[in-house]
Amino acid sequence: MQLREIAHSRTGDKGNIANISVIAYRESDYPLLEKYVTAERVKAFFGDLVTGEVIRYELPGLGALNFVLHGALAGGVTRSLRLDAHGKSLSSALLGMEEMFFIEAFE
Amino acid sequence: MNQKNLRIGAGAGYSGDRIEPAVELAEKGRLDYLVFECLAERTIALAQQRRARNPEEGYDPLLEARMTACLPACAQNGIRVITNMGAANPVAAMNKTASIAARLGISGLKIAAVTGDEVSGQIRDMDLRLMESGEPLGTLRDVLVSANAYLGAEPIVKALEAGADIVITGRVADPALFAAPLIHEFGWSFSDFGRLGKGTVLGHLLECAGQVTGGFFADPGYKEVPNLARLGFPIGIVSADGDFELTKVPGSGGRITLATCKEQLLYEIHDPARYYTPDVVADFTGVRFHQLEEDRIRVTGGSGNPKTGLLKVSVGYLDGFIGEGQMSYGGPGAVRRGQLALDIVRERLGFLGIDTADGQFDLIGVNSLYGPTLPVGEPAEVRARVAVRTADRSVAQKVADEVEALYTNGPAGGGGAVKSVREVMAVQSVLIPAELVRTEIHFQNS
Repeated sequence: MQLREIAHSRTGDKGNIANISVIAYRESDYPLLEKYVTAERVKAFFGDLVTGEVIRYELPGLGALNFVLHGALAGGVTRSLRLDAHGKSLSSALLGMEEMFFIEAFE
Repeated sequence: MNQKNLRIGAGAGYSGDRIEPAVELAEKGRLDYLVFECLAERTIALAQQRRARNPEEGYDPLLEARMTACLPACAQNGIRVITNMGAANPVAAMNKTASIAARLGISGLKIAAVTGDEVSGQIRDMDLRLMESGEPLGTLRDVLVSANAYLGAEPIVKALEAGADIVITGRVADPALFAAPLIHEFGWSFSDFGRLGKGTVLGHLLECAGQVTGGFFADPGYKEVPNLARLGFPIGIVSADGDFELTKVPGSGGRITLATCKEQLLYEIHDPARYYTPDVVADFTGVRFHQLEEDRIRVTGGSGNPKTGLLKVSVGYLDGFIGEGQMSYGGPGAVRRGQLALDIVRERLGFLGIDTADGQFDLIGVNSLYGPTLPVGEPAEVRARVAVRTADRSVAQKVADEVEALYTNGPAGGGGAVKSVREVMAVQSVLIPAELVRTEIHFQNS
C-alpha cells in the first residue's frame, strides 16, 4: 500500500526550497499521517536529492502536513540544470512512499 | 463604504496562461473585479532586458492579446481590472492598453500605472546579503539586470480611489492584487491585520487561477476532474468581514472541492502560521473550508499579524549559459545504449577540455526527475539528456553539438536529437526597509 491511497499532495517552489503538502482524503486518517510521515522519513525517502534539512508543519484542522525541503531544487528554479527545475514532480514521488502504517489504516 | 458582497475573478495564474477562461469570467462571472497575475520570479528580469533594447517594451508579451480579448466584456459589464502585466514597464503597458481600448472603440476608461518597484538604483551600493546564497549583494554588481521590490496593496488602493478602471503594476506581492479591491471597497484599515490576513488567504487561493478549480490536480483513478479541457477560472465572493466563498462560472470545466482548496492553500508556503507579505504576516492555520454545494466552498478563519516593515526584493542577474542536448533510444537494450551515449558524451567533452562538474547527465524515463531515488523497470524508450552550465556561450554550444553528434558517432538507433543554448537569468533575494521604496501612480484616459 502506498501513501497515495490515503493522501494527495502538491509541490511548490521558492528559490532552492521546495514545499510538499500531504493532505488526507479523509480527515480521520490525519493521525496516521502525523504519526508515520515524519520529516526524517521524508528526508530519507528523497536521499541525495535533498541536500538540506526537512521541516514539517502540522495543520490538524485541515488534515494536512506541509514539508519544507531545503536544498531540494539543485540551486533553485532559475539556475537548476534539472529537467523539472521547479520540482513539480516531487509530490507524485512522495505519494509512492510505502509504509507499514497502511495495514493499520485499512484494518 | 461598500457592504454588499464583492465578486473578484482570477483571469490568469501566470504569464502564459490561457485567455479563454478570463473572457468567460468577464462575460458570465457577474464580476466587480478581474485580476490577472502574470509575473513569476524571473519574468520581470527578462522583461527588463527587453526594455533595455526598446524603451517602449518590457511589459507582458500577452498584454495585447489579453486586453483585446477581455476589455470589451469588462467595459460592458463595468468590471475593473487589476494586473501586474506592467512587468518592467507599467507606463508603456498603460499607454498600450489605452491604444487597445481606442482601437476597440471603448472610451472613458481611466487607466493607472504603478511604478517604484524597480529599486536597483537604491540598493546597488547598500551592504545587503543575498537570502539564498548568503553572499554580499555586491558580488553581483557586474551582472545585475534588475532589482524589483514586492510592493503591497497601497498604491493599487490609491489608484482605485482615484477612479481607475484598470490598474497596471510591475512587481507586487501576488495576494496584494486581490486584497487591494477589498481594502478599497470595504474601507479596511492598513492596520487591520486580521482582515488583511483574510484578504491574503483569498489572494493566495486565487493567484494561480485554475490551480484551485481543478488544474494541476487530476490524477485518474484517484482525483477526477470533469471537463478539464475547458477548465474554468475561480471567482471569490467576499463579504465585508473578509470571509468568502469560492466558485466558478456554471457550466465551465473543472471543479472546486475541499481537496482542490487545501492543495492550493498549501502551495508555495513554508510556515503556515507566517506567510509574509508587504501588508501583513498572514496566518493560514485557522483556515477552514466548508462545501456549501457542488463547486461552491465557504472559506473562514484566516487571520494575520503586523507586517515586518521589510520588503523582499528579487534580484535578477546573468549567470552564464546552459548548453543542452537530447537523444532518444528505444526497444530492447534502450537503457544500456542511452547510458553508453551519456558516458561517451562526458568523455568527449573531457577531450575538449570542458568541465562537466556543473553538469547533468540524465536518462529521461529512468532517472531525470528523482535521480536514483525510485526503482524503475526496463522502459520501452529512454531519452539521454546532457545539460552543462558554463560561463562561455561557445562552450555551451559545443556541449549541445556533442550530443547531436551521437547520430553518427554514438550507440545504435539514436533518434530525435534536439539541442539548445540559453543564457541563464538567475534570481536571488534581499530584504530592504519599506521606506526606501517610493511608489508613483500615473494616469491615462482612453
